[in-house]
Amino acid sequence: MNGQTIIDKLWNAHRVMKIGDESDLLYIDRIFLHERTGSIALQSLEHAGFDVRRPSRVFATMDHIVDTTPGRTDRTRVPNGAEFIRATRESVHAAGITLFDIGDPRQGIVHVVSPELGIALPGLTLVCPDSHTGTIGGLGALAWGIGSTDAEHALATQTLIVRRPRQMRVRFDGSLRPGVTAKDLILHLIGRHGAGGGAGSAIEFAGEAVRELPVEGRLTLCNMAVEFGAWTGVVAPDDSTIEYVRGRPYAPEDAAWDSAVAAWRTLSSDETAHFHAEIAVEVGGLGPQVSWGTSLQHIAATDGVVPSPDEAADRHAKEAMQRALQYMDLQPGQALSALPIAAAFIGSCTNARLSDLREAAAVLKGRKVSSDVRALCVPGSSTVKRAAEAEGLDAVFREAGFEWRESGCSLCFYAGGEGFSPGDRVISSTNRNFEGRQGPGTRTHLASPATVAASAVLGRIGSAGELS
Amino acid sequence: MTMDPTFRGIAAPLMRINVDTDAIIPSREMKRVSKTGLSEGLFANWRYLDPGAREPNPDFILNQAPFDRASILLAGKNFGCGSSREHAVWALKEWGIRAVIAASFGSIFASNCLNNGVLPVRLDEDTVETIAADVMEDPLANQVTVDLEKRRIVSGDRVWEFDIGERERQMLLRGLSPIAMTLQSDDRISKFEADDTRRRPWAVL
Ligand code: SF4
Repeated sequence: MNGQTIIDKLWNAHRVMKIGDESDLLYIDRIFLHERTGSIALQSLEHAGFDVRRPSRVFATMDHIVDTTPGRTDRTRVPNGAEFIRATRESVHAAGITLFDIGDPRQGIVHVVSPELGIALPGLTLVCPDSHTGTIGGLGALAWGIGSTDAEHALATQTLIVRRPRQMRVRFDGSLRPGVTAKDLILHLIGRHGAGGGAGSAIEFAGEAVRELPVEGRLTLCNMAVEFGAWTGVVAPDDSTIEYVRGRPYAPEDAAWDSAVAAWRTLSSDETAHFHAEIAVEVGGLGPQVSWGTSLQHIAATDGVVPSPDEAADRHAKEAMQRALQYMDLQPGQALSALPIAAAFIGSCTNARLSDLREAAAVLKGRKVSSDVRALCVPGSSTVKRAAEAEGLDAVFREAGFEWRESGCSLCFYAGGEGFSPGDRVISSTNRNFEGRQGPGTRTHLASPATVAASAVLGRIGSAGELS
Repeated sequence: MTMDPTFRGIAAPLMRINVDTDAIIPSREMKRVSKTGLSEGLFANWRYLDPGAREPNPDFILNQAPFDRASILLAGKNFGCGSSREHAVWALKEWGIRAVIAASFGSIFASNCLNNGVLPVRLDEDTVETIAADVMEDPLANQVTVDLEKRRIVSGDRVWEFDIGERERQMLLRGLSPIAMTLQSDDRISKFEADDTRRRPWAVL
């Protein structure tokens, strides 16, 4: 008989009942809301006459719309942004939900806050009306993004009806070279297997390179599983996960901690477990990666060239490449390292944790941002910001010429407020390079924090290795 | 949110692949804490030459007659990937789209469709291409029938069957509230919670 995958184990522990042949009613341990979508869900729930079933298991934060300039208030440059902020505050208070509001030391981007506070734990189910919720899979939790209506369902019933997913295992074999990060791994994977390569699956990320990743790197990896077309991603918890979780504000203590650790130790795929698909990628020789186009499958090495649409797998991919070349103002064969940049952005739920900021600061120390580049660093949470300041990282960023901001999603996405300018070429530690994502007509290149920092110094796309 | 068991309408081909929800409705078009008033922002970056001034782009398919009256969208694979915003479906629906036919969908988008009475239909890529080609020849004569009752798509004398879960089909046909349906099993949820508190004391908050 086949053994169980980690996904089976997580799934079965949360199954309340079967729904038809293909779905189950799953218990949801934690729900997180943010001000962009949270207030709509809560208001509409109230309108329909339903209560929030377990408010103590629901949390909310202000991240998407809040301003990130120092000294911020409810005012924001997003059109009607203050309305979203106030509506969220009112509806979460009325429902008895804990809110990490502007000014709260725990405020930050939802997917950064939930693990760092120990609200997200290995072995839990967690949902949020936000597509990057799968980030939390990096702890060994089953976490996924949902829409507003499903969020209402989760709030009212503490459950969701979910179709049993196809399961995939992606194995990264070999050890990463120094300076090559989780971001490079996931960009490389999507570049190679396509933005739909994950095919709606639940993916276990495994292999030597994943085992060697620190927990924050695993969060980065799972953050972008959705960009691979996956339903979610997960990494089996191990000693480093347990050490990461220990002592966090909402983490279990004493006897509860011991029983938690015992449960987490069982969370790995059995040797005989069956996956519907397996992918193995050898990563020992991998170098820093960067996106060149407007889809996550448009990936190249930082020392590589812009590919030709003639290399595309099919007609649609070719057309998409042609449109991307036009939008990004690129020619096939151009060296990526020859592309001058207008701005550099370090932030987002992908790469704005303390380790990311350290990685970028190590590159920036004693160096200056190129004079024609606008550079910003927006810590992933207020907790990260304080920790970085305690280590003096803020000074490194500032002295190099970076702006140092309050925490939030900020320029990760354009919502009519702050954005980069049309035609600006931006190197960014975020997760989406879609048309207009960071501003109308803005050209986004995704990369690791180290590559973003190095490019800011070079004034063009380039890796940290080029500086030493 | 009920859906007609069967309807016939003009289908508009938008065959780009990986159309993300930012493209379906840009974030800046989500101006209110509301599920309505979104259709103007639908595909704003493509539909308008200048999204600010709302000047229509004559090259965009939904601006061209008779596609400006389409009720079915034919799309390239991985349609609705990206952000979880349900606004993408609210905008499509308010504009008049009742079904989207594509080879694959972003998974959150597909759930959001079902929750709002918009039918996501998966057909293989060649089939979607075939329907699109027929439509482009004569959009009025080659209108498409979506038959949720019999789970099939009809175009001219050709018929394709599609898959949809029975629960989803019933939800769409009968307009049932998923929350009310689940709460019929409230005792099962309460029992799970009671057992779980004993089994996983560490998971309780
Ligand atoms: S940082 Fe960017 S990707 Fe992450 S939750 Fe915020 S807007 Fe979404």
